[in-house]
Amino acid sequence: MYNPFSLEGKTILITGASSGIGRTTAIECSKSGASVVVTGRREDALIETMALLHGEGHKYVVCDLSSERGCSELVAELPVLDGVVSNAGVGKMLPVQFYSEDVLDEVFRINTFAPMILMKTLVRKKMLSNPSSVVFTSSISGYSNVAPANGIYGSSKSALTAYMKYAALELAGKGIRCNAVHPGRVNTALIANNRLLSDDDVSKDMAQYPLKRYGEPEEIAYAIIYLLSDAASWVTGTNLVIDGGRSLK
Amino acid sequence: MEMTKFIENFADQFDDINVAELTPETAFRGLDGWSSLIALMVITMIDEEYEVTITGDEMKKQNTIGELYNLVASKL
Repeated sequence: MYNPFSLEGKTILITGASSGIGRTTAIECSKSGASVVVTGRREDALIETMALLHGEGHKYVVCDLSSERGCSELVAELPVLDGVVSNAGVGKMLPVQFYSEDVLDEVFRINTFAPMILMKTLVRKKMLSNPSSVVFTSSISGYSNVAPANGIYGSSKSALTAYMKYAALELAGKGIRCNAVHPGRVNTALIANNRLLSDDDVSKDMAQYPLKRYGEPEEIAYAIIYLLSDAASWVTGTNLVIDGGRSLK
Repeated sequence: MEMTKFIENFADQFDDINVAELTPETAFRGLDGWSSLIALMVITMIDEEYEVTITGDEMKKQNTIGELYNLVASKL
């Protein structure tokens, strides 16, 4: 069957695949024909992800990417890759007056520094084939949607987005494309665990979405698959916003 | 936990408020400057100062400073 978005024959690494957008992306990539390597910090959750994958040849690696050593240990376990979904991230809501070095360090380490260090290690070890595609999960919080108390998360994603463009420019010669997806609020544990917002706050926020609902992880996964596939072979350094029209407001 | 100090901590979250006008009976949603952001700041202040976790939904149910104080006290 004709399918320009197929991932048949590709090997894709997905970080943060123990839940949410990462897990769903792993499942959808496997359905699109890819062999996937899923990573995360929790082994039990990764085993659950593995059980949901279609086809054969998949693998999981438990790792903590928040240190350079963690990144190196992961890369040592990898086959040569045709794609990477740099997706692992944490959410954090704090009003500006309550920021602390510890919280900034934790959030930036996971959301911003880890993807940069992982990329460095993958490129140095020549684990990305030519051509290959890297997709970063960023956020409209780092792009256009400034919501109260979301500044640490938003700036960590903004920095990641800026980095994506530098990586796209500098790695183009090696055939490595880099792009970012910018989801609006998606129904995952990352937002469900947010105790600060009341149900009422959430309904008011949802009303700000022209399509009148939050997204589903599959709706982000399909965009990631497009960027991983050969259909996007001339796309690099791009930001793809998937937000039910939230940025229109 | 002391009420006077709690009221001061509460007032600190506002840009401009006269703490002397605040009492346990004050219905805080009617105060000038009250907003969803102030609500987030009050929740975070309670986290930090009292090490008590309250949710956005619990916050929504409190109407006066005294009620909020009692909620925090009940979780200490």
